[in-house]
Amino acid sequence: MSSFLKVDNVTMQFGGVTAIDSLSFEVQKGQIYGLIGPNGAGKTTIFNIITGNLHPTKGRILLNGEDITGTKPNKVVYKGIARTFQNIRLFKSMSVLDNILIGFDARAKYSYFEAILRLPRYFKYERELKEKAYELMEIFGISQFADYFATELSYGNQRKVEIARALATNPKLLLLDEPAAGMNPNETADLSEIIHKIKRDFDLTILLIEHDMKFVNAMCDSVTVLDYGEKIFEGKPADAIVNEKVVTAYLGDFTHA
Amino acid sequence: MTLQIFLQQLVNGASLGSMYALIAIGYTMVYGVLRLINFAHGDIMMVGAFLTYFALEASMPFELSVLVGIAGAIIIGILTDKIAYKPLRSAPKISLLITAIGISFFLENLFTVLFGSTPKPFHAPEYLTKIFQIHGIYLPISVIIIPIVTVAILAGVLWILFKTKQGIAIRALAFDIETVKLMGVNADKIIMIVFAMGSALAALGGVFYAISYPSIDPLMGIIVGLKAFAAAVLGGIGSVTGAVLGGFILGFTEIFVVAMFPDLGGYKDAFAFFFLILVLLFKPTGLMGQDLERGRF
Amino acid sequence: MNKIVRNLILIAAVIAFIIFAQNTIEPYDLRIINNIAIFLILALSYNLINGVTGQFSLEPNGFIAIGAYFTAIMLIPTETKVDMYALVDPAPVILQMHSSFLVAIITGGIAASFIALLLSIPVFRVRGDYLAIVTLGFGFIIRIFAINNPEYTNGALGLNDIPQTANLYWTGGIALVAFIVMIHIIYSKFGRAMKSVRDDEDAATAMGINTFKMKTYAFMTSAFFEGVGGGLLASYLSTITPDQFSFLLTFQLLIIIVLGGLGSMSGTLVATILVMGGMEMLRFLDEEINIFGLHFDAHPGMRMVVFSILLIVMMLFARKGLLGDRELSDIFKRKKSR
Repeated sequence: MSSFLKVDNVTMQFGGVTAIDSLSFEVQKGQIYGLIGPNGAGKTTIFNIITGNLHPTKGRILLNGEDITGTKPNKVVYKGIARTFQNIRLFKSMSVLDNILIGFDARAKYSYFEAILRLPRYFKYERELKEKAYELMEIFGISQFADYFATELSYGNQRKVEIARALATNPKLLLLDEPAAGMNPNETADLSEIIHKIKRDFDLTILLIEHDMKFVNAMCDSVTVLDYGEKIFEGKPADAIVNEKVVTAYLGDFTHA
Repeated sequence: MTLQIFLQQLVNGASLGSMYALIAIGYTMVYGVLRLINFAHGDIMMVGAFLTYFALEASMPFELSVLVGIAGAIIIGILTDKIAYKPLRSAPKISLLITAIGISFFLENLFTVLFGSTPKPFHAPEYLTKIFQIHGIYLPISVIIIPIVTVAILAGVLWILFKTKQGIAIRALAFDIETVKLMGVNADKIIMIVFAMGSALAALGGVFYAISYPSIDPLMGIIVGLKAFAAAVLGGIGSVTGAVLGGFILGFTEIFVVAMFPDLGGYKDAFAFFFLILVLLFKPTGLMGQDLERGRF
Repeated sequence: MNKIVRNLILIAAVIAFIIFAQNTIEPYDLRIINNIAIFLILALSYNLINGVTGQFSLEPNGFIAIGAYFTAIMLIPTETKVDMYALVDPAPVILQMHSSFLVAIITGGIAASFIALLLSIPVFRVRGDYLAIVTLGFGFIIRIFAINNPEYTNGALGLNDIPQTANLYWTGGIALVAFIVMIHIIYSKFGRAMKSVRDDEDAATAMGINTFKMKTYAFMTSAFFEGVGGGLLASYLSTITPDQFSFLLTFQLLIIIVLGGLGSMSGTLVATILVMGGMEMLRFLDEEINIFGLHFDAHPGMRMVVFSILLIVMMLFARKGLLGDRELSDIFKRKKSR
């Protein structure tokens, strides 16, 4: 079976510091794959390499067999990759509806002049995409907040808006950067349910970064554990918890913290 | 071009470049720590020149008058930061930039209202303005002294930045303000030092300008400030050595292009702008700069 | 549907006011209204790049100058040009340029827009604040070019006897068009994209938005209307000189958009009226004052001191201006939905 996402021998150096060292792992289609490790292990760096925000010093990123290394961040979206951010980054001055519409906007095929002159295609696409945005908000249970500013929502709901916004771009691979961070147990349970649901409904492959081993254990089919930019474990999450190297890495992190 | 003229222009270029370099340092340091283009910086230079002028008019000795100008510029520079920039540290960047342009416009118009817009003659002491000649080269002494003083002062600035605790903190702040704060450095104090140093150097640049031209007016800081900023970008914004290099390159270019192509004399003030565009097109990090935008996630 | 009816009524009311004002109001007051209309065009477009897209630019004076010169050159009759160019003979192309008023102002707009495109390439490729300094520099450069190319611009003497075609039908009509265009941009995927660039450029990119393109669209649109506004200004004043397009012009517009709220077009409308009115009322500050037997000398620049303090104070204490980044209609809508 060929892998859906392949991180192939990626090295990332900043100045003289090696943030990622010859890292390889593969995500199969339809998996929820976890990328875990203590703070500063290089998890977000890998995300930024996959999304084109960083250009790796060495190595390649393959999506469905296609080399996408160095594709510009805004083009990566059209390859079918969408992301969320570690510290929720919604468009603060915009309504929830507009935040989500941004994700859909690539599908609005009207030109600048058609918008200015309000030609028929403007109305057609605006109506269509607004309907789709409401459908998506229904799935997340946030449609009653459509006209609110994104920042007026609770933390858990903001996270939902962010994931919905990413989904609106019609991705095949969804990258979630610490989706459960800062959430209470109820919100976390709610979130896991939604992630499973959208994975099914939208036929997604999900790569997520997490710090919380419990959440990972409940969510992921497979994990890679990073420490100081190196892979120290790959396999089932249940095995990771009892792996000596993993435990040491985490304990080390706790003692430092 | 004869050798005499070449040497003469070389010295002129060094003198002009000194002025740009001194002012560019303030831009680059403030940008380094706050990511702010301090539009008021050129006007701080103007304030320094004016205060020196008034001290001279009050028959103070020249050296003391320069110190008065520098001290005044430092005070205005620090006050600007405390009153107008500090409350906006966590505000959107655009608010800070608008405030900076507001301060700039305020200083220009305040000085126009108070002292009129007509240029005032600046009387430097005779030992600076006297013309001397060697081998057919005629130059005012100031043209020799300005680059020498500048180089000495720059050596001092670099020593501060690389050898003292405060200097190292300034450079660290340019990379990551949050981390440096966490490490227990008083960021506000460091920022104050940056404004003080930048303003002092700008005032000195202003005095050199006043000696060379030799007159001052409330709007003198605009175009010089713009050029010095271009010099800072050319050298690599955030880098002090880069700002110095950029300042001298700009100074030499202006002098030599006009010397070789007198027809372009009218466009002298436009060179810096084209430098700026070219740098942004081909090497946005400048000659010696690092990419300050890295590590945003 | 009643939204459309409401908008049509508003538009009809504005048109009725324009016709009424042009025909009945005294020349002095009409001058103020014309000024407001022209500044409204300029401020609305300035707000698109600064407020809506969040890219701090100090562009207007440069683009207004371009529009004004193009329009002036295309409107002044050939014989007049031959007499007017006093320093050197006008270039042949200057003598050939001639067109109707509408074509002239649109050409001015397109020229400004084209320059904006050229500036976009170096400026928007890098993230950061270079736009402000490059546009500030551009405002000075354009003056240097106007002075140094007398065969095109008549140098420092400037151009006069520009036919006074612009009246309130033109200025008010184009202000109305500019307002509608801006609103149409804001409430479309382009407006959303521009706002997203302002709010969080990285997140916008992650949503597939080409931020370079959106900034360039906003900048070119802004420049187009600055150019058109410059053309109207040239025709309305009937004389232009390089010194007229100083930074002061940009500063006035900056005050307007900050007061109205960065990103709010209806706020800009209100603020234009307030600031232009305020400018008229504070005119006495620049002149000599005799009050209670006391005599104060004329202080040209005093108004600008007051306005720069106003700008700084607003940034420090009332950053959102009158309306923040919302439109009047949004505020009514939100009241209802709660």
